[in-house]
Amino acid sequence: MSDSGFNSPEMPAKTPANPHGAGRPFWLLAELTYKCPLQCTYCSNPLDLKGSGKELTTDQWISVFEQGRKMGAAQLGFSGGEPLVRQDLEILIREARAMGYYTNLITSGLGMDDRRVADFKAAGLDHIQVSFQASSEELNNRLAGSQKAFQQKLAMAREVKEQGYPMVLNFVIHRDNIDEIDKIIELSIELKADFVELAIAQYYGWAFINREHLLPTKAQLQRAEAITNQYRDKLGGAGPKLIFVTPDYYEERPKACMNGWGNIFLTIAPDGTALPCHSARELPIDFPNVLDHSLEEIWYRSTGFNHFRGYEWMKEPCRSCDEKEKDFGGCRCQAFKLTGDAANADPVCSKSSAHGKILQARYEAESMAAGGAGHSPKLARNTHNQQAALALNERNIIARS
Amino acid sequence: MALMTPEQVPVISSIYRLQWEDSQQSHVLLYPEGMVQLNGSAGEIMVMVDGERSVAEIISALQAKFPEAGDLTDDIVEFLGVAHERQWIQFA
Repeated sequence: MSDSGFNSPEMPAKTPANPHGAGRPFWLLAELTYKCPLQCTYCSNPLDLKGSGKELTTDQWISVFEQGRKMGAAQLGFSGGEPLVRQDLEILIREARAMGYYTNLITSGLGMDDRRVADFKAAGLDHIQVSFQASSEELNNRLAGSQKAFQQKLAMAREVKEQGYPMVLNFVIHRDNIDEIDKIIELSIELKADFVELAIAQYYGWAFINREHLLPTKAQLQRAEAITNQYRDKLGGAGPKLIFVTPDYYEERPKACMNGWGNIFLTIAPDGTALPCHSARELPIDFPNVLDHSLEEIWYRSTGFNHFRGYEWMKEPCRSCDEKEKDFGGCRCQAFKLTGDAANADPVCSKSSAHGKILQARYEAESMAAGGAGHSPKLARNTHNQQAALALNERNIIARS
Repeated sequence: MALMTPEQVPVISSIYRLQWEDSQQSHVLLYPEGMVQLNGSAGEIMVMVDGERSVAEIISALQAKFPEAGDLTDDIVEFLGVAHERQWIQFA
């Protein structure tokens, strides 16, 4: 709207010492635990699920939330693993909401009941995102590795709407469920979702070692996108908003990952490690821990967070590229996983000398969809498979040409 | 968009939460995993949208609050139209 002359005067906000001109950490993602009752093969959690096994205490989390809020964080996501595993979740929600966060619970629905949905509401929870694996019970439970998952998810999605929450449904889409996208959208309409994320799997963590089993073919993808568009037309603004997240593996230019490294997004892992995104743990960088440093020190001045800020770190072809301010050279984790050097261009970019790795992945998807044999077994995400997953990661992926 | 009448009572849609953000010195609308930053005028109008005041009452309340600003009717109606189109508000 036009300026009506009753704008309040702009006041300069107080900013801390900020040598790299970083933005504010608008989005704080609290990965409360890596524990999860499901075993999805596309999980973005690190392969090393056991890690130190340590988790921040209730008070330590509350301190993180307080510090983040003071620094300008407005969105707080409770994630995991499965955040419902934490018995102090209700306390964390109440404290965070009282600080003024918009609180998002990102959950599989397992570990929830109507009482807990109500308790969270009373604590001030703003929104619940429920994940589904598929639109049919058989496929959903097979993908989740849990026989009760689907019925539980249905019941909880209904309960979430019944109790008046905004609800986002999240479906991670891959080769085995992409062809039922029409049924997925129908289910979302039936469940009265406000938003539906049709998120094509991205290849980090467990999804990376299972990539050849997950990446849809180009034809599958085009069909799914066309069907999504048909539903958008049909719904005409009524019903859920459909968010189709296209996979970068079929692009020629990389995504502007996280809107830039250490720009708006801050993840805290279960043990307190602070990360610029939930995959960054896979990089050969020492990231700081909230138990050792203040969040302000971490965000504005730690080596880990300043590693890829600005443009100085870039190599060719990014350094002289006229699109570098648009996509920041893509994803650092993907560059590292596919080329061995996190400062390289994201191989999704057709200007990258490693773009062949992406073409190879597309070829493998076609080949496997046509019945070809894969290179490695599909590994369910669980601690039992952890060693096999780590070994696969070591020997396989970067070397494969 | 349906025509807006002075008697209609706007209310903020249930998926949005309006609040003042000190660090941005502005009102924002928060929603699942996102945020709309409102400029000064938009923020002043949205604060008046409480599910009780009608459009006419919002206009007179803002005229009273900003007596120097001249006739605000068109700006307010225009903004409420945009807000309705974007589903930030609904009419009861």
